[in-house]
Amino acid sequence: MANLKPTRDGFGEALVELGKINKDVVVLSADLTASVRANWFKDKYPERFFNFGVAEQDMISTAAGFALSGKVPFACTFGIFASGRAWDQIRLSVCYMNLNVKISGTHGGISVGPDGASHQALEEITLMRVLPNMTVIVPCDSEEARLATLASASYPGPIYLRLGREPFPIITDYKDSYRIGKALRMADGSDITIIGTGVMVQEALKAHEELKKRGISARLLNLHTVKPIDKEEIIKAAIETGAIVTAEEHTVVGGMGSAVSEVLVENCPVPMRMVGIKDRFGESGDALELMKYFGLSAEGIVKAALEVLKLKK
Amino acid sequence: MNKPNVDQLKDLAKEIRKDVLTMLSEAGSGHTSGSLSCVEIVVALYYYKLRHDPKNIKWPERDRFILSKGHTCPTLYAVLARRGFFPCEALMTLRKRGSILQGHASLVTPGCEASTGSLGQGLSIADGMALSARLDFKDYRVYCLLGDGELDEGQVWEAAMTAAHYKVDNLCAIIDYNKQQIDGWTSDIKNLEPIKDKWLSFGWHTIEIDGHDFKQIMDALDRAEMIKGKPTMIIAHTVKGKGVSFVEKNAPGYHGTALKKADLEKALKEIEGL
Repeated sequence: MANLKPTRDGFGEALVELGKINKDVVVLSADLTASVRANWFKDKYPERFFNFGVAEQDMISTAAGFALSGKVPFACTFGIFASGRAWDQIRLSVCYMNLNVKISGTHGGISVGPDGASHQALEEITLMRVLPNMTVIVPCDSEEARLATLASASYPGPIYLRLGREPFPIITDYKDSYRIGKALRMADGSDITIIGTGVMVQEALKAHEELKKRGISARLLNLHTVKPIDKEEIIKAAIETGAIVTAEEHTVVGGMGSAVSEVLVENCPVPMRMVGIKDRFGESGDALELMKYFGLSAEGIVKAALEVLKLKK
Repeated sequence: MNKPNVDQLKDLAKEIRKDVLTMLSEAGSGHTSGSLSCVEIVVALYYYKLRHDPKNIKWPERDRFILSKGHTCPTLYAVLARRGFFPCEALMTLRKRGSILQGHASLVTPGCEASTGSLGQGLSIADGMALSARLDFKDYRVYCLLGDGELDEGQVWEAAMTAAHYKVDNLCAIIDYNKQQIDGWTSDIKNLEPIKDKWLSFGWHTIEIDGHDFKQIMDALDRAEMIKGKPTMIIAHTVKGKGVSFVEKNAPGYHGTALKKADLEKALKEIEGL
């Protein structure tokens, strides 16, 4: 069995690296320090770590104050509280001023599992990508999360990092080629393109194999940066393969699939299906069982691919 | 700059009030009564207390001022203009398309330290700046002006706890306690009293003053600087609409309204006679 790690671990490791190389990096937490993996930074650089208790709104605006003073704050909490509870603070204190605030929302998606609907953030991509100046990144494995976090520190402006708690294998191998905003082509293909983000890239990889067995050549794009979106790569996929399936562990209302469709309708409309949560709340259960139940699986992607292929001209 | 004396500050306050009313009237909209209640406080900060240099706006050692009650930006704009951050002619562009003077305080204005307008966020921003000074071993101070209606926002109290917990003594906040908000008297909408006890129990040093008395404001700002180990809150009792009798009498009515041209003439005359 491959080495399994949640994306939050890659984030926590990168913070420690950043602490060493960038003295302006400060880490802010809202009482979930170990859960968001900010404790590793805290142990090494306690003077640059600030705990706000259960006060996400205060944490985000204070991060803005740090950024206005030349610091590079990473504000960490669960995704639902980061993106929802503090949305107005992110809008005004962070995005309107276009500040160098990095927000890490761990525990994104249905794979939060047993904690249930209140804690399963299914809306962050939508909530964050509507904000001008915001960059939205959804890593698919812990190594990609580590690289995204390191890159975030020197990428100007506000960034939202969507991270998860469920461990998955490392499926990317960037060497030094990771770029915010540049989709990663993980497999080539000519019949259809599967665009995945976050842990759904894991399922998309399996779907790619399954489709291959059925004689279908599927291209696989890892859209780790949902905003700014890699239009070029998406349009190329539409022109060259003529059909698209998107896959996200997130609501399809305004999420990554919607962002892809916005690019397609204006540039190269092709038949498309979105795999994701269909406008509903989650519920308690085992993480992987829930993903299957909600169709966030290789089978779900294959089913959508077969449907969309029938529509292809 | 030589520091002006109290009489000179009083004259400045008159000019600022006239600027505020004229620019709001020219804009045709904006927040009149709350801008008038904080004139002396903002004037005292920029002409007496703040360490700053209008010719070097981003000077790293400067003191910071955050206007958390961002809707009363006309007062800040008038003071910044007269202090030399930008030309006074710009004041007549308030709220117009392409202006450096937005309807609520914004970073696009030279000298404005933060965009505000959604209430409750400024004290947290000020906390972040004050903590940054500590990390950088700098001795600049951070000032933050809050509205009294703004204290209804829970985030203010989150920030109050944070500042006290981290013993942020380079932070001095001021409440423009004019006792009124959009819907009426604060005591009718959501009672703030005992306001001093609230801040004391949150771990702050408090000073209570008449927010229109320059001597008291200057003295309070000086005393705040001496307080170590905790942040200071200056509770400044003020009058909403201060300086114009018919605005004072109907302060909530002028919360978000500019004076009509005829009323403006009347108001300017009254201020001149003060």
